[in-house]
Amino acid sequence: MSEMWTAQLRKKWQKNLPIEKLLPDDQPAYVASWIYVFGVLTLSALAIIIASGIVLAFEGPAWYHYSSVGKFVNSTHFWSVQLFFVFMVIHLWGKFWMAAWRGNRMATWMTGAVAFVASIATAFTGYLVQTNFDSQWISFEAKDGFNSVGVGAWFTVTNLGQMLLLHVAFLPLILGVITVVHVLMVRKRGVVPPIDADATNTEVRS
Amino acid sequence: MSKAEKEIFDAAPWHGKTKQYDFIKEGVIAVVVVALIVTFFSFLMGSPDDKPLTFKGWAVSNSDNFYATTVQELAGTSGTATYGAPYNKNGQGLNIGPLWLQRWAGVTRPIDTVNDFVIAPLSTQVMSTDIANAVSTWNAAPVSQQKTWATSYDDAITKVEGKISAVATGAYGPVPALAQGLTDMAKAGALDAALLSQGGFFQTDNTKQILFFGDGSYLDDAGTAANLQGGTWGMMNETGRYPGQAWLWLYSFWYQIPPFTNENSKPIGANADAYIMAIMGVMSLGLILIPIIPGIKTLPMRIPIHRGIWSEYYKSQGIKRSKRR
Repeated sequence: MSEMWTAQLRKKWQKNLPIEKLLPDDQPAYVASWIYVFGVLTLSALAIIIASGIVLAFEGPAWYHYSSVGKFVNSTHFWSVQLFFVFMVIHLWGKFWMAAWRGNRMATWMTGAVAFVASIATAFTGYLVQTNFDSQWISFEAKDGFNSVGVGAWFTVTNLGQMLLLHVAFLPLILGVITVVHVLMVRKRGVVPPIDADATNTEVRS
Repeated sequence: MSKAEKEIFDAAPWHGKTKQYDFIKEGVIAVVVVALIVTFFSFLMGSPDDKPLTFKGWAVSNSDNFYATTVQELAGTSGTATYGAPYNKNGQGLNIGPLWLQRWAGVTRPIDTVNDFVIAPLSTQVMSTDIANAVSTWNAAPVSQQKTWATSYDDAITKVEGKISAVATGAYGPVPALAQGLTDMAKAGALDAALLSQGGFFQTDNTKQILFFGDGSYLDDAGTAANLQGGTWGMMNETGRYPGQAWLWLYSFWYQIPPFTNENSKPIGANADAYIMAIMGVMSLGLILIPIIPGIKTLPMRIPIHRGIWSEYYKSQGIKRSKRR
Protein backbone atom coordinates (compact mmCIF):
# COMPACT_ATOMS: atom_id res chain seq x y z
CA MET A 1 0.00 0.00 0.00
CA SER A 2 1.44 3.35 -1.01
CA GLU A 3 2.17 5.93 1.61
CA MET A 4 -0.34 8.72 2.21
CA TRP A 5 0.29 11.94 0.30
CA THR A 6 0.23 13.88 3.54
CA ALA A 7 2.92 11.68 5.06
CA GLN A 8 4.99 11.94 1.90
CA LEU A 9 4.80 15.72 1.95
CA ARG A 10 5.73 15.86 5.64
CA LYS A 11 8.73 13.61 5.16
CA LYS A 12 9.90 15.54 2.14
CA TRP A 13 9.56 18.83 4.01
CA GLN A 14 11.40 17.46 7.05
CA LYS A 15 14.18 16.14 4.85
CA ASN A 16 14.66 19.30 2.81
CA LEU A 17 13.81 21.98 5.28
CA PRO A 18 14.05 20.81 8.89
CA ILE A 19 13.38 23.41 11.55
CA GLU A 20 17.13 23.73 12.17
CA LYS A 21 17.53 24.95 8.60
CA LEU A 22 14.40 27.04 8.64
CA LEU A 23 15.34 28.86 11.82
CA PRO A 24 19.05 28.37 12.44
CA ASP A 25 20.90 30.06 15.27
CA ASP A 26 24.22 30.07 13.53
CA GLN A 27 25.61 31.00 10.12
CA PRO A 28 28.89 30.47 8.28
CA ALA A 29 31.58 32.84 9.54
CA TYR A 30 31.83 34.48 6.11
CA VAL A 31 28.39 35.99 6.63
CA ALA A 32 30.02 39.15 7.90
CA SER A 33 29.04 42.09 5.72
CA TRP A 34 26.42 44.80 5.87
CA ILE A 35 25.20 43.63 2.46
CA TYR A 36 23.52 40.69 4.19
CA VAL A 37 21.25 43.05 6.10
CA PHE A 38 19.47 44.28 2.99
CA GLY A 39 17.46 41.11 2.47
CA VAL A 40 15.88 41.37 5.90
CA LEU A 41 15.49 45.15 5.48
CA THR A 42 13.56 44.50 2.26
CA LEU A 43 11.29 42.09 4.10
CA SER A 44 10.84 44.60 6.92
CA ALA A 45 9.80 47.33 4.50
CA LEU A 46 7.42 44.86 2.85
CA ALA A 47 5.87 44.11 6.22
CA ILE A 48 5.21 47.82 6.78
CA ILE A 49 3.83 48.18 3.25
CA ILE A 50 1.40 45.33 3.90
CA ALA A 51 0.37 46.62 7.33
CA SER A 52 -0.25 50.18 6.10
CA GLY A 53 -1.90 48.81 2.95
CA ILE A 54 -4.37 46.78 5.00
CA VAL A 55 -5.40 49.91 6.91
CA LEU A 56 -5.80 51.86 3.66
CA ALA A 57 -7.81 49.00 2.14
CA PHE A 58 -10.24 49.05 5.05
CA GLU A 59 -10.81 52.78 4.71
CA GLY A 60 -10.95 53.00 0.92
CA PRO A 61 -8.88 54.83 -1.70
CA ALA A 62 -10.27 58.32 -1.02
CA TRP A 63 -9.77 58.27 2.77
CA TYR A 64 -6.37 59.90 2.79
CA HIS A 65 -7.63 62.93 0.85
CA TYR A 66 -9.70 64.23 3.77
CA SER A 67 -8.40 62.51 6.92
CA SER A 68 -5.17 63.53 8.64
CA VAL A 69 -4.83 59.99 10.01
CA GLY A 70 -5.43 58.71 6.50
CA LYS A 71 -2.79 61.04 5.16
CA PHE A 72 -0.28 59.74 7.69
CA VAL A 73 -1.05 56.09 6.94
CA ASN A 74 -0.82 56.82 3.21
CA SER A 75 2.53 58.50 3.83
CA THR A 76 3.86 55.44 5.67
CA HIS A 77 2.70 53.33 2.73
CA PHE A 78 4.45 55.68 0.30
CA TRP A 79 7.75 55.89 2.16
CA SER A 80 7.92 52.19 2.97
CA VAL A 81 7.57 51.51 -0.77
CA GLN A 82 10.44 53.90 -1.47
CA LEU A 83 12.63 52.19 1.13
CA PHE A 84 11.52 48.76 -0.05
CA PHE A 85 12.90 49.44 -3.52
CA VAL A 86 16.13 50.97 -2.23
CA PHE A 87 16.76 47.93 -0.02
CA MET A 88 15.73 45.44 -2.69
CA VAL A 89 17.93 46.96 -5.39
CA ILE A 90 20.95 46.95 -3.04
CA HIS A 91 20.12 43.36 -2.09
CA LEU A 92 19.86 42.43 -5.77
CA TRP A 93 23.17 44.04 -6.69
CA GLY A 94 24.82 42.44 -3.68
CA LYS A 95 23.62 39.00 -4.71
CA PHE A 96 24.74 39.64 -8.28
CA TRP A 97 28.29 40.45 -7.27
CA MET A 98 28.32 37.38 -4.99
CA ALA A 99 27.17 35.29 -7.98
CA ALA A 100 24.65 33.99 -5.49
CA TRP A 101 23.17 31.53 -7.98
CA ARG A 102 26.14 29.22 -7.53
CA GLY A 103 25.76 25.86 -5.85
CA ASN A 104 22.31 24.92 -7.08
CA ARG A 105 20.84 28.30 -6.12
CA MET A 106 19.67 29.33 -9.58
CA ALA A 107 15.98 29.11 -8.65
CA THR A 108 16.65 31.30 -5.61
CA TRP A 109 18.04 34.04 -7.87
CA MET A 110 15.19 33.63 -10.33
CA THR A 111 12.45 33.89 -7.70
CA GLY A 112 14.17 36.99 -6.35
CA ALA A 113 14.30 38.57 -9.81
CA VAL A 114 10.64 37.66 -10.44
CA ALA A 115 9.78 39.23 -7.08
CA PHE A 116 11.53 42.42 -8.23
CA VAL A 117 9.50 42.54 -11.44
CA ALA A 118 6.28 41.72 -9.55
CA SER A 119 7.10 44.51 -7.09
CA ILE A 120 7.37 47.02 -9.93
CA ALA A 121 3.96 45.94 -11.24
CA THR A 122 2.43 46.14 -7.77
CA ALA A 123 3.89 49.57 -7.07
CA PHE A 124 2.80 50.80 -10.49
CA THR A 125 -0.83 49.86 -9.85
CA GLY A 126 -0.52 51.64 -6.50
CA TYR A 127 0.30 54.87 -8.29
CA LEU A 128 -2.80 54.37 -10.44
CA VAL A 129 -5.18 54.08 -7.49
CA GLN A 130 -4.13 57.25 -5.68
CA THR A 131 -7.25 58.95 -7.09
CA ASN A 132 -5.38 62.22 -7.59
CA PHE A 133 -3.74 64.11 -10.45
CA ASP A 134 -0.83 61.70 -10.42
CA SER A 135 -3.06 58.74 -11.21
CA GLN A 136 -4.83 60.70 -13.97
CA TRP A 137 -1.52 61.53 -15.58
CA ILE A 138 0.13 58.14 -15.15
CA SER A 139 -2.90 56.22 -16.42
CA PHE A 140 -3.20 58.43 -19.52
CA GLU A 141 0.50 58.13 -20.34
CA ALA A 142 0.94 54.47 -19.45
CA LYS A 143 -2.01 53.20 -21.45
CA ASP A 144 -0.10 53.71 -24.71
CA GLY A 145 2.69 51.35 -23.66
CA PHE A 146 0.35 48.57 -22.64
CA ASN A 147 -1.96 49.10 -25.63
CA SER A 148 0.98 49.06 -28.05
CA VAL A 149 1.72 45.41 -27.31
CA GLY A 150 -1.89 44.31 -26.95
CA VAL A 151 -1.81 43.94 -23.16
CA GLY A 152 -4.01 47.01 -22.76
CA ALA A 153 -6.92 45.08 -24.20
CA TRP A 154 -7.27 43.40 -20.81
CA PHE A 155 -4.99 45.30 -18.43
CA THR A 156 -6.77 48.66 -18.48
CA VAL A 157 -4.74 51.21 -16.54
CA THR A 158 -7.55 53.77 -16.81
CA ASN A 159 -9.99 51.43 -15.06
CA LEU A 160 -9.78 52.35 -11.38
CA GLY A 161 -11.81 49.34 -10.25
CA GLN A 162 -9.59 46.87 -12.05
CA MET A 163 -6.37 48.52 -10.87
CA LEU A 164 -7.60 48.69 -7.28
CA LEU A 165 -8.43 44.99 -7.19
CA LEU A 166 -5.12 44.06 -8.78
CA HIS A 167 -3.23 46.31 -6.37
CA VAL A 168 -4.83 45.17 -3.12
CA ALA A 169 -5.58 41.54 -3.91
CA PHE A 170 -4.02 39.79 -6.88
CA LEU A 171 -0.54 41.33 -7.12
CA PRO A 172 0.21 41.32 -3.36
CA LEU A 173 -0.82 37.67 -3.30
CA ILE A 174 1.54 36.86 -6.16
CA LEU A 175 4.35 38.91 -4.62
CA GLY A 176 3.73 37.38 -1.19
CA VAL A 177 3.86 33.81 -2.51
CA ILE A 178 7.03 34.48 -4.54
CA THR A 179 8.66 36.10 -1.52
CA VAL A 180 7.82 33.17 0.76
CA VAL A 181 9.15 30.68 -1.81
CA HIS A 182 12.30 32.81 -2.22
CA VAL A 183 12.97 32.95 1.52
CA LEU A 184 12.34 29.21 1.92
CA MET A 185 14.81 28.53 -0.88
CA VAL A 186 17.41 30.72 0.82
CA ARG A 187 16.93 28.77 4.02
CA LYS A 188 17.00 25.41 2.26
CA ARG A 189 20.21 26.07 0.31
CA GLY A 190 21.91 28.29 2.87
CA VAL A 191 24.00 31.37 2.13
CA VAL A 192 26.28 30.98 -0.86
CA PRO A 193 29.99 30.54 0.05
CA PRO A 194 32.59 33.08 -1.07
CA ILE A 195 33.58 32.84 -4.73
CA ASP A 196 37.08 31.61 -3.92
CA ALA A 197 36.13 29.31 -1.07
CA ASP A 198 36.93 25.63 -1.42
CA ALA A 199 37.98 22.68 0.67
CA THR A 200 41.61 23.79 0.64
CA ASN A 201 40.86 26.86 2.74
CA THR A 202 42.11 26.47 6.28
CA GLU A 203 38.73 27.54 7.61
CA VAL A 204 37.00 24.57 6.00
CA ARG A 205 37.10 21.29 7.84
CA SER A 206 37.25 18.20 5.68
CA MET B 1 39.17 22.14 -8.06
CA SER B 2 37.28 21.83 -11.35
CA LYS B 3 34.18 23.86 -12.14
CA ALA B 4 31.98 20.84 -11.43
CA GLU B 5 33.72 20.16 -8.12
CA LYS B 6 33.38 23.81 -7.14
CA GLU B 7 29.66 23.70 -7.94
CA ILE B 8 29.28 20.63 -5.70
CA PHE B 9 31.29 22.36 -2.97
CA ASP B 10 29.12 25.50 -3.17
CA ALA B 11 25.95 23.41 -3.03
CA ALA B 12 27.04 21.32 -0.05
CA PRO B 13 26.28 22.33 3.55
CA TRP B 14 29.01 24.56 4.98
CA HIS B 15 31.50 22.66 7.13
CA GLY B 16 33.76 25.55 7.94
CA LYS B 17 33.69 28.02 10.79
CA THR B 18 30.31 29.26 11.92
CA LYS B 19 29.16 31.93 14.31
CA GLN B 20 26.04 32.65 16.29
CA TYR B 21 23.41 34.47 14.27
CA ASP B 22 20.10 35.58 15.76
CA PHE B 23 17.64 35.89 12.87
CA ILE B 24 14.69 36.84 15.03
CA LYS B 25 16.60 39.61 16.77
CA GLU B 26 17.91 40.87 13.44
CA GLY B 27 14.38 40.86 11.98
CA VAL B 28 12.86 42.70 14.93
CA ILE B 29 15.59 45.34 14.89
CA ALA B 30 15.19 45.74 11.13
CA VAL B 31 11.42 46.23 11.40
CA VAL B 32 11.86 48.80 14.17
CA VAL B 33 14.55 50.70 12.28
CA VAL B 34 12.56 50.75 9.03
CA ALA B 35 9.41 51.77 10.91
CA LEU B 36 11.28 54.65 12.51
CA ILE B 37 12.67 55.87 9.18
CA VAL B 38 9.23 55.59 7.57
CA THR B 39 7.58 57.44 10.44
CA PHE B 40 10.21 60.18 10.28
CA PHE B 41 9.68 60.82 6.58
CA SER B 42 5.91 60.50 6.90
CA PHE B 43 5.76 63.19 9.57
CA LEU B 44 8.35 65.37 7.92
CA MET B 45 7.22 65.20 4.31
CA GLY B 46 3.85 63.44 4.09
CA SER B 47 3.00 62.05 0.67
CA PRO B 48 2.06 63.49 -2.73
CA ASP B 49 -1.58 64.31 -3.29
CA ASP B 50 -2.23 66.93 -5.96
CA LYS B 51 -5.95 67.28 -6.52
CA PRO B 52 -7.30 65.57 -9.65
CA LEU B 53 -8.11 67.76 -12.62
CA THR B 54 -11.78 68.24 -13.46
CA PHE B 55 -13.65 69.02 -16.64
CA LYS B 56 -14.99 72.07 -14.86
CA GLY B 57 -11.47 73.31 -14.28
CA TRP B 58 -10.61 72.69 -17.92
CA ALA B 59 -13.72 74.36 -19.36
CA VAL B 60 -13.40 77.38 -17.07
CA SER B 61 -9.66 77.93 -17.41
CA ASN B 62 -9.37 77.19 -21.12
CA SER B 63 -12.84 77.31 -22.59
CA ASP B 64 -11.69 77.50 -26.21
CA ASN B 65 -9.54 74.40 -25.90
CA PHE B 66 -12.34 72.40 -24.32
CA TYR B 67 -14.75 73.62 -27.00
CA ALA B 68 -12.33 72.78 -29.83
CA THR B 69 -11.66 69.33 -28.35
CA THR B 70 -15.41 68.67 -28.27
CA VAL B 71 -15.59 69.52 -31.97
CA GLN B 72 -12.72 67.11 -32.63
CA GLU B 73 -14.62 64.37 -30.83
CA LEU B 74 -17.61 65.04 -33.11
CA ALA B 75 -15.44 65.23 -36.23
CA GLY B 76 -13.58 62.06 -35.35
CA THR B 77 -10.18 63.77 -35.42
CA SER B 78 -9.23 63.62 -31.73
CA GLY B 79 -6.55 61.34 -30.34
CA THR B 80 -9.12 58.93 -28.95
CA ALA B 81 -11.28 58.96 -32.10
CA THR B 82 -8.29 57.97 -34.25
CA TYR B 83 -6.58 55.71 -31.70
CA GLY B 84 -7.43 52.20 -32.87
CA ALA B 85 -7.45 49.18 -30.56
CA PRO B 86 -8.55 48.65 -27.88
CA TYR B 87 -11.02 51.55 -28.24
CA ASN B 88 -12.02 51.52 -31.92
CA LYS B 89 -10.91 50.49 -35.39
CA ASN B 90 -10.03 53.98 -36.59
CA GLY B 91 -6.27 53.55 -36.32
CA GLN B 92 -4.00 50.62 -37.12
CA GLY B 93 -2.10 50.83 -33.84
CA LEU B 94 1.63 50.33 -33.28
CA ASN B 95 3.69 47.46 -34.52
CA ILE B 96 6.99 45.71 -33.91
CA GLY B 97 8.03 44.69 -37.40
CA PRO B 98 5.45 42.20 -38.60
CA LEU B 99 3.83 41.96 -35.16
CA TRP B 100 0.67 44.07 -34.95
CA LEU B 101 -0.11 43.04 -31.39
CA GLN B 102 -2.24 46.10 -30.64
CA ARG B 103 -4.53 45.51 -33.59
CA TRP B 104 -4.60 41.75 -33.10
CA ALA B 105 -5.75 42.13 -29.50
CA GLY B 106 -8.90 43.76 -30.88
CA VAL B 107 -11.40 46.32 -29.65
CA THR B 108 -12.15 45.28 -26.09
CA ARG B 109 -13.10 48.70 -24.62
CA PRO B 110 -15.22 50.26 -27.39
CA ILE B 111 -15.45 54.04 -27.33
CA ASP B 112 -17.49 56.09 -29.77
CA THR B 113 -16.31 59.63 -29.10
CA VAL B 114 -19.38 61.22 -30.71
CA ASN B 115 -21.90 59.49 -28.52
CA ASP B 116 -19.86 58.60 -25.44
CA PHE B 117 -18.15 61.98 -25.05
CA VAL B 118 -20.74 64.43 -26.41
CA ILE B 119 -24.26 63.28 -27.29
CA ALA B 120 -24.86 60.87 -24.37
CA PRO B 121 -23.61 63.28 -21.66
CA LEU B 122 -25.69 66.13 -23.15
CA SER B 123 -28.72 63.86 -23.19
CA THR B 124 -28.45 63.24 -19.44
CA GLN B 125 -29.22 66.91 -18.81
CA VAL B 126 -32.34 68.99 -18.92
CA MET B 127 -31.37 70.76 -22.11
CA SER B 128 -32.24 74.23 -23.27
CA THR B 129 -34.35 74.41 -26.44
CA ASP B 130 -31.30 75.29 -28.53
CA ILE B 131 -29.30 72.34 -27.29
CA ALA B 132 -32.25 69.94 -27.48
CA ASN B 133 -32.86 71.01 -31.08
CA ALA B 134 -29.17 70.62 -31.90
CA VAL B 135 -29.11 67.08 -30.48
CA SER B 136 -32.29 66.20 -32.40
CA THR B 137 -30.88 67.64 -35.63
CA TRP B 138 -27.62 65.78 -35.16
CA ASN B 139 -29.31 62.47 -34.39
CA ALA B 140 -31.67 62.82 -37.36
CA ALA B 141 -28.90 63.57 -39.87
CA PRO B 142 -27.11 60.87 -41.85
CA VAL B 143 -23.60 60.06 -40.70
CA SER B 144 -22.09 61.62 -43.84
CA GLN B 145 -23.85 64.89 -43.10
CA GLN B 146 -22.74 64.80 -39.46
CA LYS B 147 -19.19 64.25 -40.63
CA THR B 148 -19.35 67.15 -43.10
CA TRP B 149 -20.65 69.59 -40.48
CA ALA B 150 -18.16 68.59 -37.81
CA THR B 151 -15.15 68.36 -40.11
CA SER B 152 -15.86 71.77 -41.66
CA TYR B 153 -16.11 73.33 -38.23
CA ASP B 154 -13.01 71.50 -36.98
CA ASP B 155 -11.05 72.78 -40.01
CA ALA B 156 -12.32 76.31 -39.44
CA ILE B 157 -11.20 76.21 -35.80
CA THR B 158 -7.79 74.87 -36.78
CA LYS B 159 -7.46 77.68 -39.32
CA VAL B 160 -7.78 80.32 -36.61
CA GLU B 161 -5.53 78.30 -34.24
CA GLY B 162 -8.29 77.47 -31.83
CA LYS B 163 -9.61 80.97 -31.20
CA ILE B 164 -13.33 80.18 -31.27
CA SER B 165 -14.52 83.80 -31.47
CA ALA B 166 -12.51 84.23 -34.68
CA VAL B 167 -14.05 81.29 -36.56
CA ALA B 168 -15.71 82.34 -39.81
CA THR B 169 -19.39 81.59 -40.22
CA GLY B 170 -20.19 78.53 -42.26
CA ALA B 171 -22.40 75.50 -42.75
CA TYR B 172 -21.60 73.79 -39.49
CA GLY B 173 -25.12 72.56 -38.72
CA PRO B 174 -25.77 71.88 -35.02
CA VAL B 175 -22.07 71.39 -34.17
CA PRO B 176 -21.47 74.86 -32.60
CA ALA B 177 -24.55 74.46 -30.42
CA LEU B 178 -23.48 70.95 -29.32
CA ALA B 179 -19.97 72.14 -28.50
CA GLN B 180 -21.29 75.14 -26.60
CA GLY B 181 -23.79 72.94 -24.77
CA LEU B 182 -21.07 70.55 -23.62
CA THR B 183 -18.78 73.44 -22.65
CA ASP B 184 -21.54 74.94 -20.52
CA MET B 185 -22.22 71.54 -19.00
CA ALA B 186 -18.56 71.11 -18.14
CA LYS B 187 -18.36 74.62 -16.68
CA ALA B 188 -21.29 73.76 -14.41
CA GLY B 189 -19.37 70.70 -13.15
CA ALA B 190 -21.83 68.17 -14.54
CA LEU B 191 -19.67 66.45 -17.15
CA ASP B 192 -17.30 64.48 -14.87
CA ALA B 193 -20.11 62.41 -13.37
CA ALA B 194 -22.02 62.17 -16.67
CA LEU B 195 -19.02 60.59 -18.40
CA LEU B 196 -18.51 58.13 -15.57
CA SER B 197 -22.09 57.13 -14.96
CA GLN B 198 -22.94 55.97 -18.47
CA GLY B 199 -24.49 52.56 -18.29
CA GLY B 200 -25.53 52.27 -14.71
CA PHE B 201 -25.45 53.21 -11.07
CA PHE B 202 -22.21 51.49 -10.03
CA GLN B 203 -19.21 52.61 -12.08
CA THR B 204 -15.52 52.15 -11.41
CA ASP B 205 -14.05 52.67 -14.89
CA ASN B 206 -12.62 56.12 -15.59
CA THR B 207 -11.40 55.33 -19.08
CA LYS B 208 -13.72 57.74 -20.89
CA GLN B 209 -12.88 60.63 -18.57
CA ILE B 210 -9.15 60.03 -18.83
CA LEU B 211 -9.18 59.70 -22.62
CA PHE B 212 -11.32 62.80 -23.14
CA PHE B 213 -8.96 64.71 -20.86
CA GLY B 214 -5.97 63.59 -22.88
CA ASP B 215 -7.48 64.75 -26.16
CA GLY B 216 -7.17 68.39 -25.12
CA SER B 217 -4.23 70.41 -23.85
CA TYR B 218 -5.35 70.75 -20.21
CA LEU B 219 -3.91 67.47 -18.92
CA ASP B 220 -0.81 67.79 -21.08
CA ASP B 221 -0.09 71.31 -19.86
CA ALA B 222 -0.50 70.20 -16.25
CA GLY B 223 1.91 67.31 -16.85
CA THR B 224 4.46 69.66 -18.38
CA ALA B 225 4.12 72.11 -15.49
CA ALA B 226 4.74 69.27 -13.03
CA ASN B 227 7.77 68.06 -15.03
CA LEU B 228 6.12 64.72 -15.70
CA GLN B 229 6.55 64.47 -19.46
CA GLY B 230 8.12 61.22 -20.64
CA GLY B 231 10.76 63.01 -22.72
CA THR B 232 12.17 64.64 -19.58
CA TRP B 233 12.39 61.51 -17.41
CA GLY B 234 8.84 62.24 -16.23
CA MET B 235 8.04 58.56 -15.85
CA MET B 236 10.18 58.42 -12.73
CA ASN B 237 9.23 61.87 -11.45
CA GLU B 238 6.56 62.69 -8.89
CA THR B 239 4.43 65.73 -8.28
CA GLY B 240 5.79 68.19 -5.74
CA ARG B 241 9.00 67.51 -3.86
CA TYR B 242 8.60 63.76 -3.58
CA PRO B 243 10.66 60.93 -5.03
CA GLY B 244 8.91 59.12 -7.87
CA GLN B 245 9.21 55.65 -9.32
CA ALA B 246 12.99 55.78 -9.55
CA TRP B 247 13.00 52.04 -10.25
CA LEU B 248 11.60 52.88 -13.71
CA TRP B 249 14.84 54.66 -14.69
CA LEU B 250 15.78 52.11 -17.31
CA TYR B 251 12.29 52.15 -18.85
CA SER B 252 12.40 55.94 -18.85
CA PHE B 253 15.93 55.99 -20.29
CA TRP B 254 14.86 54.72 -23.72
CA TYR B 255 12.49 57.67 -24.12
CA GLN B 256 15.46 60.05 -23.89
CA ILE B 257 17.52 58.71 -26.79
CA PRO B 258 17.15 58.34 -30.57
CA PRO B 259 15.61 56.67 -32.44
CA PHE B 260 12.86 56.49 -29.79
CA THR B 261 12.71 60.28 -29.48
CA ASN B 262 12.24 60.85 -33.19
CA GLU B 263 8.72 60.08 -34.39
CA ASN B 264 9.82 60.32 -38.01
CA SER B 265 12.47 57.65 -37.59
CA LYS B 266 11.16 54.50 -39.25
CA PRO B 267 10.29 51.92 -38.15
CA ILE B 268 11.09 52.48 -34.47
CA GLY B 269 10.34 56.15 -33.77
CA ALA B 270 6.63 56.08 -34.47
CA ASN B 271 6.36 52.73 -32.68
CA ALA B 272 8.59 53.69 -29.75
CA ASP B 273 6.07 52.59 -27.10
CA ALA B 274 5.88 49.08 -28.53
CA TYR B 275 9.62 48.70 -29.06
CA ILE B 276 10.48 49.98 -25.59
CA MET B 277 7.89 47.66 -24.05
CA ALA B 278 9.47 44.75 -25.92
CA ILE B 279 13.01 45.79 -24.93
CA MET B 280 12.02 45.99 -21.28
CA GLY B 281 10.26 42.64 -21.51
CA VAL B 282 13.42 41.04 -22.89
CA MET B 283 15.61 42.81 -20.32
CA SER B 284 13.35 41.67 -17.46
CA LEU B 285 13.63 38.13 -18.75
CA GLY B 286 17.38 38.65 -18.98
CA LEU B 287 17.52 39.70 -15.32
CA ILE B 288 15.71 36.54 -14.31
CA LEU B 289 17.94 34.37 -16.48
CA ILE B 290 21.31 35.95 -15.53
CA PRO B 291 22.60 32.67 -14.04
CA ILE B 292 22.58 31.08 -17.50
CA ILE B 293 23.66 34.00 -19.68
CA PRO B 294 27.29 33.55 -20.84
CA GLY B 295 29.46 36.57 -20.14
CA ILE B 296 27.06 38.02 -17.58
CA LYS B 297 27.02 35.07 -15.20
CA THR B 298 30.81 35.13 -14.91
CA LEU B 299 31.07 38.90 -14.49
CA PRO B 300 31.10 38.72 -10.66
CA MET B 301 34.09 36.34 -10.83
CA ARG B 302 35.99 38.69 -13.15
CA ILE B 303 35.29 41.95 -11.31
CA PRO B 304 36.38 41.35 -7.74
CA ILE B 305 33.72 43.29 -5.86
CA HIS B 306 33.14 40.06 -3.93
CA ARG B 307 36.49 40.52 -2.24
CA GLY B 308 35.06 43.58 -0.54
CA ILE B 309 31.88 41.79 0.47
CA TRP B 310 33.79 38.84 1.97
CA SER B 311 36.84 40.88 2.96
CA GLU B 312 37.07 39.25 6.40
CA TYR B 313 37.01 35.80 4.87
CA TYR B 314 39.64 36.60 2.28
CA LYS B 315 41.82 38.20 4.96
CA SER B 316 41.44 35.31 7.37
CA GLN B 317 42.28 32.81 4.63
CA GLY B 318 45.14 34.82 3.25
CA ILE B 319 43.68 34.54 -0.26
CA LYS B 320 45.58 37.04 -2.32
CA ARG B 321 44.48 36.15 -5.84
CA SER B 322 41.26 34.64 -7.03
CA LYS B 323 41.50 31.03 -8.07
CA ARG B 324 38.85 31.31 -10.76
CA ARG B 325 38.09 33.80 -13.46
